[in-house]
Amino acid sequence: MRYTDKIREIAKKILADKTVDLIIGFKRGTLPMMTEPVTVRDAEKTDQLYWDSFCNMNLANYLPKREEKIGIVAKGCDSRNIAVHIVENQIKREQLYIIGVPCEGMVDRRKIISLLGDKEAKEVIESDGEIIVKGEGFEHALKRNDYLQDNCMRCMHRNPVIHDALVGDLVEERKEPDPYDDVKDIEEMGSGEKWEFFLDLIKDCTRCYACRNACPLCYCPTCFVDESDPQWVGKSIDPTDTMTFHVLRAFHCAGRCTDCGACEQACPVDIKVRSFTRKLNKDVLDLYGSEAGLSIEERPPLDTYRPDDYDAFIR
Amino acid sequence: MSDKVIKKEELPNVLKILKETYEVFVPVKEKGFYRFKVLEDENKVDLNFTNTRLSPKSLLFPQSERMFEYSLDEADEDAYVIKEPPKDYAPTVVVGMRPCDAKALRLVDVNFVNPEFKDPWWARRLESLTLIGLGCKEPCSTCFCTSVNCGPFNEEGLDVLLFDLGKNYMARAITEKGAQLLKLAGVSEDATSDLNKQAEESKAKAEKQIISHVPTDKLKEKKAIDLFDASFWDEVAFACLNCGTCTFLCPTCWCFDIQDEVNKKKGDRIRNWDSCMFPLFTLHASGHNPRSEKVQRVRQRFMHKLKYYLDKYDNGVACVGCGRCVNYCPVNIDIREVFKLMNET
Repeated sequence: MRYTDKIREIAKKILADKTVDLIIGFKRGTLPMMTEPVTVRDAEKTDQLYWDSFCNMNLANYLPKREEKIGIVAKGCDSRNIAVHIVENQIKREQLYIIGVPCEGMVDRRKIISLLGDKEAKEVIESDGEIIVKGEGFEHALKRNDYLQDNCMRCMHRNPVIHDALVGDLVEERKEPDPYDDVKDIEEMGSGEKWEFFLDLIKDCTRCYACRNACPLCYCPTCFVDESDPQWVGKSIDPTDTMTFHVLRAFHCAGRCTDCGACEQACPVDIKVRSFTRKLNKDVLDLYGSEAGLSIEERPPLDTYRPDDYDAFIR
Repeated sequence: MSDKVIKKEELPNVLKILKETYEVFVPVKEKGFYRFKVLEDENKVDLNFTNTRLSPKSLLFPQSERMFEYSLDEADEDAYVIKEPPKDYAPTVVVGMRPCDAKALRLVDVNFVNPEFKDPWWARRLESLTLIGLGCKEPCSTCFCTSVNCGPFNEEGLDVLLFDLGKNYMARAITEKGAQLLKLAGVSEDATSDLNKQAEESKAKAEKQIISHVPTDKLKEKKAIDLFDASFWDEVAFACLNCGTCTFLCPTCWCFDIQDEVNKKKGDRIRNWDSCMFPLFTLHASGHNPRSEKVQRVRQRFMHKLKYYLDKYDNGVACVGCGRCVNYCPVNIDIREVFKLMNET
């Protein structure tokens, strides 16, 4: 895609002039519609870096506790998670050179795979708003906007919120009136119905924790599900334990989640994990007027205390 | 026994007969992907699938298995006695297992049943199973079975192998168990030599269609310590999220953890799938963790599959080339590339 050359050019320059020690970006995958996060330390090897509509993982995930000076490629959501990391002292702003990518949304590989049924995409080419998918005996020209990840379809912050360079002109932000209409559908359910909905949602969960591990917010040295002394949660696929994991994980992300969608992209059994976190994102927006990662100055709403808080219960 | 023919329109009838004697599992598409489930309506069986998302290993080795139960209530006669709960070993048929997954069961079997140990649950379930495989006439570009002692029509581990030949299936009994099953199901019509020829052609075509190849020839002669200390592991591991996707989808990953779960005075001893990707997997009671770093865990997965297993059992690598980890690793860590690195450098 058009951003690739610019990413390489910037990366080469900041490695050569020692602004940074390494670059964290994406390289082209070994399959169509896949990319792999990669580090590049040598200015002569920046040609590995690559950008297309399938750079779906959140690179902020690779930052916590790193000591080096890092150039990092960041789309809107990645930049917000970088901001969250800075606020939560996981990395320092001075360590980073953020190569911002104005993002038009990532295309959901699984939506395309699902469309193809038992056919396989052998080649996928992007051109001007279209995704051309070729395979044995077929060729589809798909409108990319119809196959975006669910989170990208509702994203209101496609441009990087912090950056040191941009690889292209800023894109127009969406202005849909209500990015949370899907959450309202769940809110309107009765409590029994909600319970059934969420039980069904996690029915196939394998407890592999891909959702957690793909999430930049989940950097605890030991996650509560991995504590063994004492052990907080059972390790089987008993629905109570599985639900405990999902619900607690979601609450731990409250007010911090940028809805980057990495959790859903990583899930091996297609669980719509964002159904948990999005309600919390909506509540935090409704209650505190706050969205995660928009600033490196402000503490997250659930992480602040003021003696003059207007709510009496907390004073 | 000569090869038999099953007309596709007769398949529901064959399944119906089997259902009377066996618990029958078939691939079922649910929530967007295939998984093996108990056959409900034989008229709705859909064998037009690539493969199941998760491997069928869970039929023998469930993700969570209640091994024992016990009571801590001293008023109970059996207090503190660990007892095996009743288990279901009903005769079971799996229809449509892919040859790679059947081969995988053979690879895992050496771990669960060997001169030192015998896992009773694995062994008894394997005995109760009859596997009807379905050859892959359209292998994917990520399949590399032919490089790892397997193939799209590999027979090892199967009792019957089906060839999908348009209007018919050709059924080849591989074992006596398979022959008996076909007999029971009333499959008696011999395949014509023409059908037999079609089957061979389909097999040859499929083998040719495998475009992924991995090198394995030098793995055996390499020193484990040299591979362990190889310089490429940091690069292989960088993107890894240490999620357990690869290990949980893999047909040959068998590692588990045993836990006691006690509720009031009743307890269960449960065996759960575990994963070398998880730090907790190797955490010692002392607090020391021999694989505390991500790179160590990633290395372990590949070393176990492609070197330790090979060295220990002289049974090839512990990989059947099904491509699940290639397709579902969220960060595209491609085992085919690791084969190359380990074999070539």
